[in-house]
Amino acid sequence: MKAIEIKGLEKTFTSNFLLKKYKVLKDINISIEKGEIYGFLGPNGAGKTTTIKCMLGLISFDSGESLIYGKDSKSIEGREKIGFLPEHPYFYDYLTAKELLIFSGMLFSIPIKKVMNKAKYLLELVGLEGKEDLKLKKFSKGMIQRLGFAQTLINDPEIIILDEPFSGLDPIGRKELRDLIISLKKSGKTIFFSSHILQDMEMIVDTVGIILEGKTIKQGKLSDLISHSVQYHEVVFRGVDESLLKSNNIGFELKDNNYITKSKDFEKVNHIIEFIIMNHGKIISVTPFKMTLEDIFLEEINR
Amino acid sequence: MKIRAIALNTFKEATRNKIYYLLIFFGIFFVLSSKLVTLLTIGDHVKVLKDLGLASINFFSVLIAIFTGIDLVYKEIERKTIYNILSKPISRSCFIIGKFFGLALTLFVALISMVVMFFLFMLLFSGELDVRILVYFILLYFELLIITSISLLFSSISTPILSSVFTISLYLIGHVIWTFNEFKDKIVNPIIKIISYILYYTLPNLEKFNIKNSIVMNIDIDIGMILSSICYAIFYIAALLILTILIFNKREFQ
Repeated sequence: MKAIEIKGLEKTFTSNFLLKKYKVLKDINISIEKGEIYGFLGPNGAGKTTTIKCMLGLISFDSGESLIYGKDSKSIEGREKIGFLPEHPYFYDYLTAKELLIFSGMLFSIPIKKVMNKAKYLLELVGLEGKEDLKLKKFSKGMIQRLGFAQTLINDPEIIILDEPFSGLDPIGRKELRDLIISLKKSGKTIFFSSHILQDMEMIVDTVGIILEGKTIKQGKLSDLISHSVQYHEVVFRGVDESLLKSNNIGFELKDNNYITKSKDFEKVNHIIEFIIMNHGKIISVTPFKMTLEDIFLEEINR
Repeated sequence: MKIRAIALNTFKEATRNKIYYLLIFFGIFFVLSSKLVTLLTIGDHVKVLKDLGLASINFFSVLIAIFTGIDLVYKEIERKTIYNILSKPISRSCFIIGKFFGLALTLFVALISMVVMFFLFMLLFSGELDVRILVYFILLYFELLIITSISLLFSSISTPILSSVFTISLYLIGHVIWTFNEFKDKIVNPIIKIISYILYYTLPNLEKFNIKNSIVMNIDIDIGMILSSICYAIFYIAALLILTILIFNKREFQ
């Protein structure tokens, strides 16, 4: 059974003035296996947050299905299994960090004693030990994000949904978050996160879903999307006579006394390497240039 | 447990708000300053003291009921803290009921603080305790619960400014609606008559909870009337909460 399955999700909003209707989600399809990290990719305004809100029942949808382990994700039963971190989380600034976690735990009906222990553990996990009794109004943006992550895990959720978790984080914060997401995957959790920061996504996701204007336009394993997409190989070498290269029709550029040649044809690359060695040249490097997630994303968007 | 969590959090929010303490402080201040008024008036000082004490507690507790309720749900939506709550396994009805009980607790603590001060003051000044005043405060508490349910309803659908205008208007109407009783029967036009009947029976009749004259004038209190007022409050609050839940269930949090 799929951890998350969304089929044909559609959502129309009606504006307050003139009651004009505009369709935000036209056909969203998402399929996530248990234990996967799923990256939900799309430009701003594509419908990522709306999809997440539909899943959680914060807004209704016109048609389609949103299931968590085969059950309606909007139902109380469905939400029991979810830990959710909204984009730019806001919490009650009159509470302390510990109070917020206890409050969150109580909403999952976790016994007080258990939730207090869990709160302590989670604050340590996100690096907020010693800040338990500090009021949230004194927290920095980064600390709020960490605390947000801690409250997401209060119910030991099977599925973790993060809306733009990397936005607003500094490079160290992003690295820590990536490590945390990977460690959660190792402990068997399914992670679904939306982002438009491609680098972070490329480093950790198993599967990617790309949406544009409210439609899923591509979905698949990152390794499948990228492995078929080696664009060209670049061979850097020196010590071969320039006229020899020209006479053998090997195109090149000269940079820092090194020759650089590129080819999409792998056979030709092998041939060039053999040629260099036979002519007593020295190979500096052979680099395959793969298509990045960014290339795939831009290609899909421009299609 | 979930309702309790929401209620306790609402209580924390209200009591950590400076306005709450300011209002309690002013309530107590006015009770105490009634002493000054008794020095400036002629006649039964105990009566004047009771009158002023009850009026000031009434005024400030109503202010607390209106101003802690009006932006409670609105603020959750505006600050997006609602996402964090409603994405958890809690129904929207639990959320509204929890909010109501949190406000009820807040009002209870505020009222008790003022009442204790008032009783201590009366005891010191007159050397006697009129326990019948307790009945006045019980009825006042039910009136406050109706006001808070009204503010909760408006807070779920509108901005704090509009909510306060609507709630204060209904509070004022609620205290004069009884004058409508005879008037509605004298209307000839059938449509206006029907509208008058609907308004008379749907708008809150808050004078049901006002027994200040009986207390100050030492007139006997009708127990049957008190019980019927409490039942009225319970049904009215239940109806308001159901209406709030029905509206809140339809809300979209974009």
